Amino acid sequence: MITVSNISKSYGPVQALRDVSFRVQPGEIFGVIGPDGAGKTSLFRILATLLLPGSGSATIQDLDVVRDYKRLRSMLGYMPGRFSLYQDLTVEENLQFFASVFGTSIQENYALIKEIYVQIEPFKKRRAGALSGGMKQKLALCCALIHKPEVLILDEPGTGVDPVSRKEFWDMLKRLKNWGITILVSTPYMDEAGLCDRVALLQNGAIMAIDTPKGIVQGYSRPLYAVRSGDMYRLIRDLRALDIAAGCYAFGEYAHLSLHTDSWNEPDIRLYLLSKGHEYVEVHPIEAGVEDCFIELMKP
Amino acid sequence: MESVIVTDRLTKTFGAFTAVDEITFEVRPGEIFGFLGANGAGKTTALKMLTGLIRPSRGKASVAGYDVLRNPEQVKRRIGYMSQKFSLYEDLTVRENIRFYGGIYGLKRADIQAKTAVLLEKLQITPYADQLVAGLPLGWRQKLAFSVALLHEPRIVFLDEPTSGVDPLTRRQFWDLIYEAAHEGVTLMVTTHYMDEAEYCDRVSIMVDGKIEALDTPQRMKQSFGADNMDEVFRKLARKEA
Repeated sequence: MITVSNISKSYGPVQALRDVSFRVQPGEIFGVIGPDGAGKTSLFRILATLLLPGSGSATIQDLDVVRDYKRLRSMLGYMPGRFSLYQDLTVEENLQFFASVFGTSIQENYALIKEIYVQIEPFKKRRAGALSGGMKQKLALCCALIHKPEVLILDEPGTGVDPVSRKEFWDMLKRLKNWGITILVSTPYMDEAGLCDRVALLQNGAIMAIDTPKGIVQGYSRPLYAVRSGDMYRLIRDLRALDIAAGCYAFGEYAHLSLHTDSWNEPDIRLYLLSKGHEYVEVHPIEAGVEDCFIELMKP
Repeated sequence: MESVIVTDRLTKTFGAFTAVDEITFEVRPGEIFGFLGANGAGKTTALKMLTGLIRPSRGKASVAGYDVLRNPEQVKRRIGYMSQKFSLYEDLTVRENIRFYGGIYGLKRADIQAKTAVLLEKLQITPYADQLVAGLPLGWRQKLAFSVALLHEPRIVFLDEPTSGVDPLTRRQFWDLIYEAAHEGVTLMVTTHYMDEAEYCDRVSIMVDGKIEALDTPQRMKQSFGADNMDEVFRKLARKEA
């Protein structure tokens, strides 16, 4: 469905993408996970036929993103970061505008967007500029779907939107799969990786790993523990001081401690912390999450 | 010791719309206070009142001992502020940025020079001191912006989504800086959409539709909402809005 072959892109001295290659299967939700500056937006602009690659090539449905851009554009739905809505047009007017640009009407493909649109329909006469982040997100998605595209390209659809709306958005994406739409989505939120069929972890323009979320996690080889005590700050410092510690990072309530070898386990860690004067010590082994893997892959 | 922030039914209305609805709370010295809420809940408006950028419609607030309505300029002198959008000047070097902000905060030349050396060493960016900020990775810029916000040794620093979009490693290094600052007695008020970061705070407040609907330690909040983590608490409380 989508084939990306050795795409590189530089802006002057800055290399935004380095030799990126991957494939997306039809009907997949494929996530590109990475922080700001990883190259996600550059990659998506190239695939959306808005930016020329420096080198390499990409095809969507066997159409080349450079040569066949005109034909591709009517098949793609693109939702860029910051949503690209007309702030001074109403909800309804925005939708009508995008429909007309693609030579269709709201009625024609209403079934596709209905579930999403009904949530903002009460506000259809409100100007887009006056909507909250979550509402803008829903409207932008409707505008990207209005012409029934085969491929949806969503660039950080959740950034700047509160966690509740973000979660609802991903529920909507899952339902879109039932329409056979292939979805390419980028996000800096590691927990969203688990909602994709497959993910590519992107950092500094290069892909660090591609797999199903489960596969990525299974690739994590070190013993990993969740540790808690009364003083997070001291806890992390004391754990990092251990020779056997490969890494120790805060993860909300717990610190995640990865070890070089399995020569220590829970009781050893607990004893060490008690000897350092920690109180309310809790230690238990855990399975790595995508964020643990990302951090591990990032280290030189 | 007296609270660093005290509000009493602080309110802001825009015409018929009430953005902040009689919020009353206190922030204690040295606290890491998480200020949460969905977009549109009123957080940013509340923050703007506390930093002396807009005037309250009703109610009172004092920050670092000064009333935000009567003495906004005094407030501004005693606070630090950092956000994604308001950061450093990209076309100035690291050193120039520090000198510029030091000047704005009224620090003397000699002080600025001394502090610059310490800051550069602490962040380990001395070799890049004369490079344009535009050339630094985002994570470094965030840490630098935070350090600059502390340059004039403010009593309280407001951080508006400071780690948005930053990679997971840098995000945590940033929180190391926050913890360190708190350890040294600085009070920090942080807004964030990362719920794991809510857990790092001493106390957290959640705004919904202009009101503070919950305020407590993360531990107690989870208990009272019967939730496993702050994400769940947030979802149980925060509602959709137009």
